[in-house]
Amino acid sequence: MRGQMRTFVKQWQLQSMVIPGIVWMLIFCYIPMFWLIIAFMDYSVAKPMLESPFVGLKHFEAFTSDDRFWRSIRNTLGMSSIKLALGFCIPIIFALLLNEIRSLRFKRTVQTISYLPHFIAWTIFGGIMLNWLSGDGLVNQLLMGLGLLDREVLFISEPKYFWWITFFSDTLKETGWAAIIYIAAIAGIDPALYEAAELDGANRWKRMWHITIQCIRPTIAILFILAVAGILGSNFDQIFMLKNNMNIKSAESLDLYIYNMGLVSGRHSFSTAVLFARSIVALVLLFMANYASKKLTGDSIF
Amino acid sequence: MTKYKKVRRIGGFEIGNAALMLIVCFLTLYPMWFVLVNSLNAPEQAFLGTVDWFPKVISLDSYRVVLGDDSIMNAFYITVLRTVFGTAGHVLFTAIVAYGLSKTYLVGRKVYMKIALITMLFSGGLIPTFLLMVKLGFYDNFLVFIIPALYSFFNMVIFISFFRTIPDSLEESAKVDGASDYGVLFRIVLPNSMAVLATIGLFSAVYHWNDYYQGVIYIRNPDLVPLQTMLYKIIAENSMSLMQQQAMAQFGARLPSDSIKFASMMVATLPILLVYPFIQRYLVKGVMIGAIKG
Repeated sequence: MRGQMRTFVKQWQLQSMVIPGIVWMLIFCYIPMFWLIIAFMDYSVAKPMLESPFVGLKHFEAFTSDDRFWRSIRNTLGMSSIKLALGFCIPIIFALLLNEIRSLRFKRTVQTISYLPHFIAWTIFGGIMLNWLSGDGLVNQLLMGLGLLDREVLFISEPKYFWWITFFSDTLKETGWAAIIYIAAIAGIDPALYEAAELDGANRWKRMWHITIQCIRPTIAILFILAVAGILGSNFDQIFMLKNNMNIKSAESLDLYIYNMGLVSGRHSFSTAVLFARSIVALVLLFMANYASKKLTGDSIF
Repeated sequence: MTKYKKVRRIGGFEIGNAALMLIVCFLTLYPMWFVLVNSLNAPEQAFLGTVDWFPKVISLDSYRVVLGDDSIMNAFYITVLRTVFGTAGHVLFTAIVAYGLSKTYLVGRKVYMKIALITMLFSGGLIPTFLLMVKLGFYDNFLVFIIPALYSFFNMVIFISFFRTIPDSLEESAKVDGASDYGVLFRIVLPNSMAVLATIGLFSAVYHWNDYYQGVIYIRNPDLVPLQTMLYKIIAENSMSLMQQQAMAQFGARLPSDSIKFASMMVATLPILLVYPFIQRYLVKGVMIGAIKG
């Protein structure tokens, strides 16, 4: 112990590099974590926190009997499920098809272009979507031009379209970027495997299925675990940009509900109770998805 | 022996696939092209309500309004400031912490790493963080853009694994010559880590440039609003600054509000579009490092 103290003093320079980082974490991560206890109190900004009265599970009972809370759960699960069921495969398919392009130059160019929208802010991209989906916007012009619609539809203001709008706009913006990790995994596959398969007479689709997919399976598994664990999350930047008073019925995700209740209506303890419950469920989901993946495919994060 | 080159057939699949990739490129580029065309649209053009591939008459009126608007220019300035200081701060702070933690002989290293890891599993979330910022006096304060974004676990892990690849002999010879730990870090380690510094710096810069959420939550003072937050207000909440309203009145109905929106979008994106071709390889490299280690 004393030896350790002595080394500690001797390494004061190294220690003085690390300790500010630890202090930063204590302030910006651990204090908010500790402050989750206001979920069990009637906290008001006027009083010091620990003087607020404890109220037990009052806020938890309050939000579980709030219809708007269940609506936000429905919206979150709806949007996440579409994203998980359809959106998860699209980057994989894109990576597989891009891999079939033989001209290296063309491949690189497509790849570079496909990343670009990832770096454009949601304010911009969302603004474009709002314009396209408006009454005289591009989507209406296109659909009416093709004769699929006979009059303008206000897509963005119709709750029933909102989930699909988030899905399509997210796909348009993020597919190329999400594919990078698969493209990298595919690039790491030993070419000898393909040559052997070709000699054995495997056609393109068989090679894709039996070699490419099998080799990138661990990557797919890890991303799938993370996607399942994140099912209660939503793309806040996107939803915050696309929501309006007309579509809020299907736009208010759990994140947005927490924001609206906590920061707009000022019900700090109430929203923190929702936050608290959500982080517990998210953690359980992460462990469950990890366990399931380990059992089914042998691949897991931990 | 004759030179033998494997000839592959170009079939329907190849053509279809190439066409599909071209469609992907088109879908990717079209949104930005759309913004550009509409921001350049001459006022008379916009009346027709038609979307064209090219502006028929190019007009810079909308840009004149945007660039002449004090509140937009101030927001631009705030964004530049936060990008410069936020990025420099993040890269330096995270790299210094990472350097200390990359030394296995550091006393307490295991405890430090545990403290860092737990922050990945649990977090306080929106409301407690908001209350903390208010308590710290960061509400309506420029520092809210900089200090909370100083550190990131993932980037620290990337730094640590990169620092470990630098040969020990380099550091040791500097130590023999009497250099301190800080001397080694700033004179030997960081100059040899330019690639990873650039990558993490770029990601941080893109984050600072594009973020609008911090400004929405923490900033009320109009002089501190960053560009993206202002754009959010112009686009999603349809609010125009006084200057813009005056400009609109001056142009009468000749200038559609949409082209002002598009011109401000273009002004906010142009810096990213201009540097993108030069930096994209670093950005991709960054994801690869992160993917392998993470």
